[in-house]
Amino acid sequence: MVAGYGDDHAHDHKPKFFTRWFYSTNHKDIGTLYLIFAIVAGVLGGFLSFWMRAELGEPGIQYFEDDIRRFNVYATMHGLIMIFFVVMPALIGGFGNWFVPIMIGAPDMAFPRMNNLSFWLLPTAFACICISFFVPGGEGGEAGFGGGWVMYPPLSTSGSPGPAFDFIIVGLLAAGFSSIFGAINFITTILNMRAPGMTMHKMPLFAWSVLVTAFLLLLALPVLAASLFMLLTDRIPGGTGFFDPSMGGDPVMFQHLFWFFGHPEVYIMILPAFGIVSHVVSTASKKPIFGYLGMAYAMVAIGVVGFVVWAHHMYTVGMHPFLKAYFVAATLVIAVPTGVKVFSWLATMWGGSIRFTIPMQWALAFIILFVIGGVTGVVLANASIDTLLHDTYFVVAHFHYVLSMGAVFGIFCGFYYWFGKMSGYLYNKWLAGAHFWLFFIGVNLIFMPQHFMDMKRRYVDYPVEMADLNWLSTMGIIPTGLGMLFFFLMLIEAFIVRRPAGDNYWGEGATTLEWTLSSPPPFHQFNKLPVMEYDDHH
Amino acid sequence: MRLKKALLLGIPALLLASASAFGAEPSFGWDVGVTDNAAEGEKFLYYVYVLIAVIVAFVFVLMAYIMIRFREKANPTPSKTTHHVGLEIVWTILPVLLLMTLVYPSFSTLFKQDIIKEADMTIKATGYTWHWQYDYVGMEDQIDEIISKPLSREEAGEDKYLLATNAPLVVPSGTKVKVLVTSDRNLHSFSVDPFWVKVDAIPGRINETWFEVYEGKEGTYYGQCAELCGINHYYMPIEVRVVTKDQFNSFVASGGDYASLPADKNAVQTAALNK
Ligand code: HEM
Ligand SMILES: [Cu+2]
Ligand SMILES: [Cu+2]
Repeated sequence: MVAGYGDDHAHDHKPKFFTRWFYSTNHKDIGTLYLIFAIVAGVLGGFLSFWMRAELGEPGIQYFEDDIRRFNVYATMHGLIMIFFVVMPALIGGFGNWFVPIMIGAPDMAFPRMNNLSFWLLPTAFACICISFFVPGGEGGEAGFGGGWVMYPPLSTSGSPGPAFDFIIVGLLAAGFSSIFGAINFITTILNMRAPGMTMHKMPLFAWSVLVTAFLLLLALPVLAASLFMLLTDRIPGGTGFFDPSMGGDPVMFQHLFWFFGHPEVYIMILPAFGIVSHVVSTASKKPIFGYLGMAYAMVAIGVVGFVVWAHHMYTVGMHPFLKAYFVAATLVIAVPTGVKVFSWLATMWGGSIRFTIPMQWALAFIILFVIGGVTGVVLANASIDTLLHDTYFVVAHFHYVLSMGAVFGIFCGFYYWFGKMSGYLYNKWLAGAHFWLFFIGVNLIFMPQHFMDMKRRYVDYPVEMADLNWLSTMGIIPTGLGMLFFFLMLIEAFIVRRPAGDNYWGEGATTLEWTLSSPPPFHQFNKLPVMEYDDHH
Repeated sequence: MRLKKALLLGIPALLLASASAFGAEPSFGWDVGVTDNAAEGEKFLYYVYVLIAVIVAFVFVLMAYIMIRFREKANPTPSKTTHHVGLEIVWTILPVLLLMTLVYPSFSTLFKQDIIKEADMTIKATGYTWHWQYDYVGMEDQIDEIISKPLSREEAGEDKYLLATNAPLVVPSGTKVKVLVTSDRNLHSFSVDPFWVKVDAIPGRINETWFEVYEGKEGTYYGQCAELCGINHYYMPIEVRVVTKDQFNSFVASGGDYASLPADKNAVQTAALNK
């Protein structure tokens, strides 16, 4: 397999607590920080969503009587937190930092200090977002920003005069710079620091997925930053009027800018999950990935085409039908590389010797949920159908199937796959299994009924005819919440009992470089670079 | 071997089941197809539903088969196959072909919805924070603008709360109605599902859409705002009262008196129902 790497365990010095965790430049420690951060933010973002779901459980206004605008604030915060502070930090900052350098045989990231900056910008950003929750935002001085995670003007300019939205702008700019720095770091690391013999076409798919994601970040986030700045100057009294029709501006311009960032953003959230699932499927089937090159270039294709489909989020703004027709066609094209991914996973399993390990269960569930979310995407791609479905719960169900379930299942898949490697301890299979089944049943119960609800989005109250499905959907938060409880029980149990994990606890299917190291890996790995000896695809 | 047979029988059975489940009894909770665009949109939507049901069924059955056939116990030694060019070409081309079948109906329904025919009358719908206003363009000297505000729970009753308004938009059936949509301040969206109509109300822009309700389908139809517009986004419904041409003419002749309209069982009948 791999020969010639060396580690001097005796000299594996770790810095003291404060220096280690606050000045950290070590990619594994920074990865751990990102993961802890994502878990904390996830609890908050989840709490907000449960509160909204509780409100929607029956018609009438139950929990938001004092200030119904608060519902919109919750939805906005929930969306922003889940995207920028849970999914992205966990997949890219967490697993990307932990495993990209190891998988390509590098000792660390290319710019360790910038890596530290990337991480610490994030709690700063999160603090701004949290402050926004409590300071005046609405026209009547109500707290928080309720304009949706898409932040469309004029609701985000003249419609939200208070400082709440300014805090969100600053927070998102900080989070955006954090991601841009991270992206630069990953691109440099992956292009320049691969071990001898690790050519691009032998690089593990997770590294490929993070590389494509990093390019998407690098190209998309500056557009978000620019549009946020434009909002900021538009908000200043007597300032600019980019999006203000009374000054010759146009609110739709913002929507184009936002979705030029926003659509690549959804692939930013899902591509790393693709990478993780590929490894888990291959490991559990004890078979190399089927169609490795097709898999890698399918991700590249998704990334490229992802930049030219943005206006499928804007079919109702009054675009020319020819323009809509173009976006329909371009969007349908994305289904093709996506299909390649799904079929290649199935082909990887075909002929394999499949063990239904906990990560494999999450991976299989990921495929199921992603297929469902994918085909409802094909429905929405058709502009003439989107006329009916735009801004309804069908869309909410669609993007939660791909995000809240797709991306989150990818996160848990990676978490259970690498938990032993990262912590050095094995988890309790029963607790992990309970987490999986409760969560899987719960999220389906929440989101499946939403396809049939015929209800508009971002509504705090709805006509009684929609009550039954809403009740069913709200019931789903019980198993989902219990599932999360088992996740934390699993964590606590694992750190109390401390069953040591071997170097390669998955056995023959796990062929990437992290399985050649101890669990947890030494503080500095690959002081002598590993050399890829034989021709092998992962 | 037995599994393979089961699979051969199982797939078509599942496909048929799912196709009939989706195709058989279309139910949207409203009268199916009261406009051409709605009827064609629904037909196309069912086609897409059947297509995706077939795809989902195929993938899930295949997955289930693989999970049973290639589980560790049943297949202790994994194969080493990692390529099959033919297969990879098939699963690239096949989805392309399936998607191509969507292109024609997608575009034709789209162009029908968006390219507005010669209109018989024009309404201007303006979104305010938080209610709608309707102007009969070119008829201003005969009929005032309609300021359509939502009814409270007590006025509307449980069933029609968040749908009913004090003053619905009144339009004739069998008439091509063009709607110009704009907004005074925030974004809104003029959205009436039974007509298959949704277009954003944007300050500084005038968007257009159109509908023509079939004759014989007169009645009250409801829509709701479909673009986040602030606190009362959930509470600015759109109520459209479709009447015959004669009834519409007498409505106009009366200067927009709702009392001139016949009673409608699907609408709220209250004293509040007037301006
Ligand atoms: C099981 C957990 C979750 C539940 C119960 C849940 C529930 C909800 C609810 C009730 C809304 C408001 C919908 C509306 O009124 O329009 C919402 C919006 C949203 N959710 Fe989730 N969600 C969950 C997980 C996630 C995750 C993991 C993500 C991450 C990527 C996510 C992303 C979003 C986004 C982007 C929005 C739109 C916010 C907006 O309208 O501005 N959700 N969710
Ligand atoms: Cu998109
Ligand atoms: Cu609205």
